[in-house]
Amino acid sequence: MNTASWWPPVSSAVGDALLIAKKDLTIEFRSRSAFLSVLVFALLGIVIFYFAWDSTAVSAADLAPGVLWVIFTFSGLLGLHRSFGVEHEEGAIDGLLASPVSREAIFMGKAAANLVFVVAVQAIAIPAVSLFYGLPLGGIALPLAGIALLAAIGLVAVGTLFSAMAANTRLSELLLPMLSLPFFVPIVIPAAQATAKLLSGRPAIDALAWLKLLLAFDIVFVVACMLAYPFTLEE
Amino acid sequence: MNSKPVAVVEADSIARAFGARRAVDGVSLRVSSGETLAIFGPNGAGKTTLLRLLGGLIRPSGGSARIGGEKLPGGPEVRRQIGVISHRTLLYDALTARENVEFFARLYGVASPRDAAMRSLERMGIASRADAPVRSLSRGMKQRVSIARATVHNPNVVLADEPFTGLDASGARALSGLLEELRASGAALLIVTHNIEEGLSLATHAAIMHHGRIARSGDRASIVAADYADEYRELVAAGE
Repeated sequence: MNTASWWPPVSSAVGDALLIAKKDLTIEFRSRSAFLSVLVFALLGIVIFYFAWDSTAVSAADLAPGVLWVIFTFSGLLGLHRSFGVEHEEGAIDGLLASPVSREAIFMGKAAANLVFVVAVQAIAIPAVSLFYGLPLGGIALPLAGIALLAAIGLVAVGTLFSAMAANTRLSELLLPMLSLPFFVPIVIPAAQATAKLLSGRPAIDALAWLKLLLAFDIVFVVACMLAYPFTLEE
Repeated sequence: MNSKPVAVVEADSIARAFGARRAVDGVSLRVSSGETLAIFGPNGAGKTTLLRLLGGLIRPSGGSARIGGEKLPGGPEVRRQIGVISHRTLLYDALTARENVEFFARLYGVASPRDAAMRSLERMGIASRADAPVRSLSRGMKQRVSIARATVHNPNVVLADEPFTGLDASGARALSGLLEELRASGAALLIVTHNIEEGLSLATHAAIMHHGRIARSGDRASIVAADYADEYRELVAAGE
């Protein structure tokens, strides 16, 4: 087996991935349609949870982790759906596939753009939750950002793979959540648990076991999704 | 001395089925450097599927194909030789014409991608709209940009699927000129169309495809253009 042709040179694959990510972010920056709709969805979700909240029954620290991760999960799905939608509008995916870019680089590029997108939503949603639920982020801002980033990596890897699979189907809006949500669970559970430890005032070290689990799922999902991605392109 | 030109595109009994339907059913062909094969056929004849097979965009369910001697789907070096023109634009609407072409020039590793993109747009007579978002262009203008995108890396093999779609007379002239230029520089061209006049004007060889098979093929020199359309209609009618 010719291993040289199996895996592209890293510099070339990374360069191509960055080019694809830049292209996706430029398109999103021009239209802002997906980001704004996802942001509105996230903020509306936070407001609805806030008004449904009985503060005498559940403390803000107990409720906020659940709110955050429900919002991130579903707003992430909304954003990821457009990832490959833009490639199918004028058949641009054929141009990408006919080019000398490796399939893995296409996956990495799409995932990198999706990661920026999800992290941008998180960067607005976390302070919004802090504001609504009166939870000062002060000393936990950095570890909380770390948890959000780690979880975003896993969510984006899975979401990008299934977005590629779903985009070519007639029921893509339905298929993407159906495929993705079961695989989101192993990421969301440790992320929510680690967030809960931090918001309840426990030291960051208490969340370490959950963070290790989150990291392990990230590695598994990123590698598995990158390897599986080329097969989603087969007609 | 054997002066037979080297085949750049070869298909050997290539086939592709979608479920029970055989879209391409055992097609063999050969296009050499400096040749243009025009394939005619009615809708559903399998022309687009054949081009997608030769572009490495889908895998065959039988037979094989080679580009430059390397078996498809092949790796980046094979794909680097190919330019795909489609009846769809393969462009990003939110990017400008120049950004679209430059993006692909960079993916193909073209030197000075920005300059190459502008040159390619100039060749297609659309440089004056280089900074216009593609979504603001007419269908014909988009097709010109799409052709500039597909040929920015001066491909050795051009696979063109209904390339004249949406083009006005001046766009069609620009495309014909570009394809002739590429052929003269040694590229192998494969054009599928149901416009016999346009196809024959560019072809060095021609074939008619029907029900996934090559029903007739020959040198352009042996074809009388006026009779070919009648032959085509008879052949298609007989196969219905």
